[in-house]
Amino acid sequence: MIEIEAITKTYDLTTVVDQVTITIEPGSVCAVVGTSGSGKTTLLRMINRLVEPTSGAIRIDGEDTSTIHAYELRRRIGYAIQGHGLFPHRSVGQNIATVPKLLGWDKEKTKARVTELLELFQLDPAQFRDRLPRELSGGQQQRVGVARALAAKPNILLMDEPFGALDPVIRAKAQEDLLSIQRQFKTTIVLVTHDMEEAIHLGDRIAVMDEGKLLQYASPQQIISKPATPFVAELIGTGDRPFKLLSLARVGKYVEPGSAEGDPIDVGATLRDAYAELLWSGRAALPVSEKGQLIGKITLDQLSSHARPQ
Amino acid sequence: MRPGIVVRIIAFAILLAFLIVPDLFAPVFGLLTKNGQPAIYNQGSLLDLTFNHLAIVFAATSAATLIAVSLAILVTRSFGVEFLPLSRSLANIGQTFPPVAVLALAVPVLGFGTAPTLVALFLYGLLPIFENTLTGLVNLPQSVTEAAKGVGMTWAQRLFKIELPLALPVILAGIRLSTVISLATATIGSTVAARTLGEVIIAGLTSNNTAFVLQGGLIVGVLAVLIYDSLAALERWLMARTGQAKRAAA
Repeated sequence: MIEIEAITKTYDLTTVVDQVTITIEPGSVCAVVGTSGSGKTTLLRMINRLVEPTSGAIRIDGEDTSTIHAYELRRRIGYAIQGHGLFPHRSVGQNIATVPKLLGWDKEKTKARVTELLELFQLDPAQFRDRLPRELSGGQQQRVGVARALAAKPNILLMDEPFGALDPVIRAKAQEDLLSIQRQFKTTIVLVTHDMEEAIHLGDRIAVMDEGKLLQYASPQQIISKPATPFVAELIGTGDRPFKLLSLARVGKYVEPGSAEGDPIDVGATLRDAYAELLWSGRAALPVSEKGQLIGKITLDQLSSHARPQ
Repeated sequence: MRPGIVVRIIAFAILLAFLIVPDLFAPVFGLLTKNGQPAIYNQGSLLDLTFNHLAIVFAATSAATLIAVSLAILVTRSFGVEFLPLSRSLANIGQTFPPVAVLALAVPVLGFGTAPTLVALFLYGLLPIFENTLTGLVNLPQSVTEAAKGVGMTWAQRLFKIELPLALPVILAGIRLSTVISLATATIGSTVAARTLGEVIIAGLTSNNTAFVLQGGLIVGVLAVLIYDSLAALERWLMARTGQAKRAAA
């Protein structure tokens, strides 16, 4: 659990982060959204003390971070940044092994962990371990960056626009991979992004910041249906609010008994996918399948009732 | 093998031959002498002078490297930033003060011989190394220095494992510049009795013997080109090894 309490950062006369209080539950993903200059990155960097707070306190599992040596604190917290920040003179394997080595893990354990992570991120260890970062594609570099951040099995992972430099296709894949790894290891993730779409997709909770202040801290559903200020509403954009809401729920939860014509949709698809398919094929209901078995249907009426604030 | 390398190997072989058995080249240099002057320098061993010349340059450049790199590291740490302007002007003064003037000032204190030459070369060599080390350390990719901090390296670990290795090619470029300048400048050390290849040139000038002047000049010139090239090759190799092939040398 990360407890951020009335944290403030002031440079000379400008207040970059102003009295922000957030509690992040263990094993959840907190997405911090804001425009550039909103203070979101400074907030993130205060968690691992790359920036020292002017006032306020941050506690990790009850322990005040200001009582720990900054470098020791950082070794316990994974940190992944935009443009990956890989060490260009060290091989992929050495890059990933950075924190384990700093923590004094023995060689065997470190090597095993590097192999495990490379496999987890679908990079063949035999092929990639000894390559230099510049010999990798952008997507691969980004994966190695996240692998390095996770190497010492931290409970907390901080990510600063980690997917910012990726093209949309690789970006979507990277987001999916991150979510599946997060579910598998129950890592608490704090992710900074300027992209509301990404925040809605990844975050269990979203913190919206503007000019150093926390405007709203709530679940994606609440942010979309009850934006706290006009600025939050503007960030979400009114044009596709219904679709954003639909994208948050899975078909499985709204299956009705019965059958329908045409190709089925998978139970794991989002309501948005189902809605798109209904419109595209001009049907009023879709059959729903689970592992190839038809288990019911989902209707246009059902979907439209979920596309507005409940 | 590329033609450039072949040319350099041949140049090195000729230089070596000339230093070991200079009399082989007497017919060539004989063309430049008048009134039966000796064609080949005859007041000492050319090989000895060359070694001594190189030793002085090596000593002065090593000392300059040690001081300039340490100074640059110091002023790029957060606690040393306020010394940056001061150390910059010190290094600049070292460069603008003519070595001849340093020699003139140093002789009364240090006496004749090698010592004043070492001081002059040392001062003259500081600036390029200092400026390049500064450039190398300051212009590291920000995401890399940021990541080094973020993974929990201490300042010493960041300096020795990340910053210096990445800045090394640029630092080396400064050392290369300094070395070549020192190689040429060391010749004036002979005016205050340092045993360098300047002796050959001075002997030629005082006896009006063009062959001597040319011999001294050519040895220094060929040495400078060869050393410059080898250090440049080392830099390129380091650039590639540290994954910075695209980062241009300063």
